[in-house]
Amino acid sequence: MTRAARTLAWASLLIAAAAPSAAQEIDFSGSWVPVYHEDGPERLPGPELADYLGLPINDAARLRADSYDADRISAVSEYQCRQHAADYGNRGLANMRITTDYDPAGQRMSTIHTRINFHDAERTIHLDGRPHPSADAPHSWSGFSTATWMGNMLRVRTTHLKAYYIRRNGVPASDRRTLTEYWVRHGDLLTIVSIIDDPVFLTERLVRSQSWTLDAGQRLGSNWCDYAAELPLGEGVVPHWLPGTNPYLKEFSEWYGIPFEATRGGAETMYPEYRDKLKQTFSTLDRCGRYCTCFNANAGCNLR
Amino acid sequence: MSRTLVALALALLPLAGLSARQQAGAAQLNLIPVQGNVHMISGAGVNITVHVGKYGVLLVDTPAPAASTNVMEQVRTLSKLPIRWLINTSSSPAHVGGNASLLEVASGRGGAGAPFGFVGLGRPSIVAHENVLNRLSSPPPGTAAATPDSLPTTTYFQPTMDFSNGEAIVLYHQPAAHTDSDSLVLFRSSDVISAGSILTPGRYPTIDLARGGSVNGLVSALTTILALAVPEGFASGGTLIVPGYGRICEESDVAEFRDMVVIIRDRVQDLIKKGMTWEQIRTSRPSRDYDAEYGASPADAERFVESIYRSLTQGPRGRS
Repeated sequence: MTRAARTLAWASLLIAAAAPSAAQEIDFSGSWVPVYHEDGPERLPGPELADYLGLPINDAARLRADSYDADRISAVSEYQCRQHAADYGNRGLANMRITTDYDPAGQRMSTIHTRINFHDAERTIHLDGRPHPSADAPHSWSGFSTATWMGNMLRVRTTHLKAYYIRRNGVPASDRRTLTEYWVRHGDLLTIVSIIDDPVFLTERLVRSQSWTLDAGQRLGSNWCDYAAELPLGEGVVPHWLPGTNPYLKEFSEWYGIPFEATRGGAETMYPEYRDKLKQTFSTLDRCGRYCTCFNANAGCNLR
Repeated sequence: MSRTLVALALALLPLAGLSARQQAGAAQLNLIPVQGNVHMISGAGVNITVHVGKYGVLLVDTPAPAASTNVMEQVRTLSKLPIRWLINTSSSPAHVGGNASLLEVASGRGGAGAPFGFVGLGRPSIVAHENVLNRLSSPPPGTAAATPDSLPTTTYFQPTMDFSNGEAIVLYHQPAAHTDSDSLVLFRSSDVISAGSILTPGRYPTIDLARGGSVNGLVSALTTILALAVPEGFASGGTLIVPGYGRICEESDVAEFRDMVVIIRDRVQDLIKKGMTWEQIRTSRPSRDYDAEYGASPADAERFVESIYRSLTQGPRGRS
């Protein structure tokens, strides 16, 4: 089995498990609370600088991320107030409300709307068979989404996404990427498997999953955002690190005792076999120095 | 390469251009609503902005000559009003090359453009910054002068020019960006900016040094777009920007593009400061992490980086 095929294997298992012969319409409506048991440190406190582990990135993406200076958000006001792109929104502050429209005549599901807490991000997912817009049409944070049923699982395809990031430390996502999602509901548990294809920055598909539990009492707020120039650097100044000058690239490696080469990411670092390779150079640290108690109840977040 | 081959290649160049123009004529055109009174036609060479207003139809930039008839057919699906204005956003051939043919198709006969906004002659006026007229009248050495019927008939030389087609239309001169004759065109009520080749999402911009372009002027022009554009909220919606090539953009897309130019420029500047020669800079590929996104080929990327290098070391060759 090739790596690419293996990457999709468990998504395929989901398809097989959830596939009665006739399409069903599963109602996803309701208020959903994210479960952060997957990739917790990356999704809540945020990833470390230069942590590219498990991302099938190419050299271009790596250099972009190495060049990234978070001051850019403060200096370039156009980056402020961005909503999360649809492929990232599910991983962020992702309390979500889902509502559904039905066509009046046939009473078939025609549209699904989602609203994520962070920056009022809303998506519309069309189930009426409409085509995607021209390649020259504007892109948006939510993109343009259409969906079809695969048994009782919903397959959502999204195009027309704006350039964004796939990890919040500057690993880029291009505006040519597409997002494929598989929505599965098991009672009060919702799981969305997200697959990103990015011909610009990824050498293989990036497969991730996120889960939510139903919470009928959840109340979303409105999350407005105003722009403010925070750094008086002058017009047209864009903070970034010149190649080879970013002094923070080895912090992650040193803090966690992970070989530097592993932190650089690449498709190889997605697969279990990579652990065997790591064992040759990995040494456990004497003590935990970072994110040791973040996810223990009432223990606070022991940042370094 | 032997002299014979070089001569043959040079002899075939015009045919290559003809082929490209023919392809533009036969290509599938896309007529896309932008917002308000503005549409975009793509697939005919540069993107063409179409504004349908109270007094007629205004086009920003003209198609490859072979595509003029098809473009006019698209325009006529929007309005039967006369074509009153053609605006050229720069002096480069891609933006002005279709002036004469579009004029002929629009009016049914040849001849020069009309005085500003005057439709009594049945022909539109051609509007541009005065540098367009200057550049077309005395082109760079080795290139042919434009025919009289493709020359602008209304020019401006102040920083801005404004008029109305039922809504305010403002032209902002950008002195040394893609060329020295670039205009941004703002449709104020529709909230659309037509940017010409200052903005080319998905491909590296052309900094035409021979026509007065410069990398710092390009950054300045892109920053001007950012200043004019206002998103509706959450860095989305609001002002839409029609680029010279590629898809319709929002403000945040322009920021991504501007930052690409700034970052590559900064890298090239740093290498120059370190005393590197052009050959050394070329070999170091300072745009390598952007090439897959903006460079259709390695030659495109190299052309862009070289134009930055020449711009920083030689400066623009503008008239003013």
